[in-house]
Amino acid sequence: MLPSNHIDDTSPWYQITVEQNISCIKLTGSYTLAALDQQLQKVGAKLTHFATQSDLHWDLTSIQQMDHAGAVLIWRAWKMHRPANLLIRPEHERLFTHLEKARPAPKPVRRDILWPILTLGRRFFLFWDHLTGIITLLGQVLLNVLYLVKHPNQIPLREISANLFRTGAQALSITALVGFLIGIVLSYLSSEQLHSYGADMFIINILGMSIVRELGPMLAAILVAGRSGSSMTAQLGVMRVTEELDALTVMGIPHSLRLVLPKIIGLGIAMPLVVLWTSAIALLGGILAADLQIGLNYKYALSNLPDAVPVANLWIGMGKGVVCGMAIALIACHFGLRIKPNTESLGEGTTNSVVTSITAVILIDAIFAVIFSNVGLKIRS
Amino acid sequence: MINNDPIIELQGLYTRFGSHVIHKNINLNIYQGEILSLVGGSGSGKTTLLRQMLSLEIPAQGSVKILGHSTYDCDLELLRSLRNRSGVLFQQGALFSALNVYDNIALPMRELHCLTEEMIRDLVMLKLDMVEVEAQHVNKMPAELSGGMIKRVALARALALDPEVLFLDEPTAGLDPPLSESFIKLIQTLRKELTLTIIMVTHDLDTLAALSTRVAVLADQSLVAVGELADIIKIDHPFIKEFFLGERGRNVLRNVLTLP
Repeated sequence: MLPSNHIDDTSPWYQITVEQNISCIKLTGSYTLAALDQQLQKVGAKLTHFATQSDLHWDLTSIQQMDHAGAVLIWRAWKMHRPANLLIRPEHERLFTHLEKARPAPKPVRRDILWPILTLGRRFFLFWDHLTGIITLLGQVLLNVLYLVKHPNQIPLREISANLFRTGAQALSITALVGFLIGIVLSYLSSEQLHSYGADMFIINILGMSIVRELGPMLAAILVAGRSGSSMTAQLGVMRVTEELDALTVMGIPHSLRLVLPKIIGLGIAMPLVVLWTSAIALLGGILAADLQIGLNYKYALSNLPDAVPVANLWIGMGKGVVCGMAIALIACHFGLRIKPNTESLGEGTTNSVVTSITAVILIDAIFAVIFSNVGLKIRS
Repeated sequence: MINNDPIIELQGLYTRFGSHVIHKNINLNIYQGEILSLVGGSGSGKTTLLRQMLSLEIPAQGSVKILGHSTYDCDLELLRSLRNRSGVLFQQGALFSALNVYDNIALPMRELHCLTEEMIRDLVMLKLDMVEVEAQHVNKMPAELSGGMIKRVALARALALDPEVLFLDEPTAGLDPPLSESFIKLIQTLRKELTLTIIMVTHDLDTLAALSTRVAVLADQSLVAVGELADIIKIDHPFIKEFFLGERGRNVLRNVLTLP
């Protein structure tokens, strides 16, 4: 090395030499993302620092490899314009030409100041859209029913039975488990209270009325809404994504007849049966817990049950089952058919479907409670 | 910087689905700077082989070495760094539908945790410029893009980390002829500008003839031929005869080669 040269600063990435009062920075090594890795910020800061010296000569010819990340790093250090004295290889030159031409990224769209009002308005219109959509779908299904009455040989029996199996038979185990546990909890909590008043036998009234009229149908409906409603929405949504729905349309097969109607009828038949099953298991659990807790004889409980719970309550419970089942299927199909062919829409649609159908189930329960407030209740005066 | 170690090395690969054998003893070396096309009939396991190179699927037997490291028994850290050095263009693009164009390309860069947001912005715009997507599209969601645009954005995402190896699964499938021609040109330009090794699965003879430096033919559960296109078509094998020298094949290849 000549005495006039002296090395000012070294690093694997650059060398600074001063020769005849001209300071020169020579970049070395591989300026690639893989090579720079965690050093990137440090090297970038150093280069930015050197770039502030305007009379510095830049020598890029010793760089072994440079990729876009390396080029951007150097370009940013230069504050987006080339230094006055620059030596560069032609293949690297091309990268910087690209960078010079590259347009700045457009700014993301700012939020409007009125966004709360706009969002509220949009929500309202969306709600209105869903409401009319559900009513339209219901109307279509009713028209299909009329059509099927005239052409009974076209009733989609296979689809109905498949839905009956999927939403009814396959839901038995989960509804039984939840019903049984709720029966035990209810009985366990209230039997102790009643025992302290010496009113042990009223446990049958409490269990019977609450389970047969309210808890059985509601538990079954909420479980089915979560289980079958979501699967219906997802099924239709995936059919939209894979264009199966469009394939049906071009074959001239209406969605409402082949896909929606069998689901509504299937769940309309399956739900009251699931309600009956859930109520029976919940009662069983309740009576079992009462037997263990306060020694209530199960034979006595079963023989007194018809006395304590008028049979009208059973019909109300099953009636709720029919209406809730049909509503769940209708809502699930409505949201399923509206899904757009992308993954986000699929998730959003399924969530909306389940939330809406559970809300609808509770609304239906409230309506039943108001309409039948004088039916099946023994009020002793 | 060209060395003769293979970038990708397949050794004795066997693949079975249940009792159905897909691949029998596949050996293949892919070297730096080449564009290798994998061809084969439907169900011959081209895509499966590609997925095995990406270690998305594990073969029943055999090993895959990428950049000198075996991918099936290495630790996660190494696998991650190997994956950062390769880019994949999936057949349907596989853009994340919850993110817009900009974020789709920025995602792999952000995941590195060593780039600043300003650098990422410059890089994203550079990549988009390379694949000829205009700046006005950066805030669009993938659902709003056309098929050709999705492929371009997906290619930009595959190139996000300046990979050494690029895997293309049916790069021109689903594009109309002018679009697929411009896509081929794009890949040619990119290869000139970046040091890329490309492995491509394709059905399209135009793409194959225009891009590949070597061709590997999958038939009868194994690689029946590997070599340059001009040599491949001289091989006497029913699939090669049908695929390259059928009427359509002749029409395409007449422009690039002298046919037997």
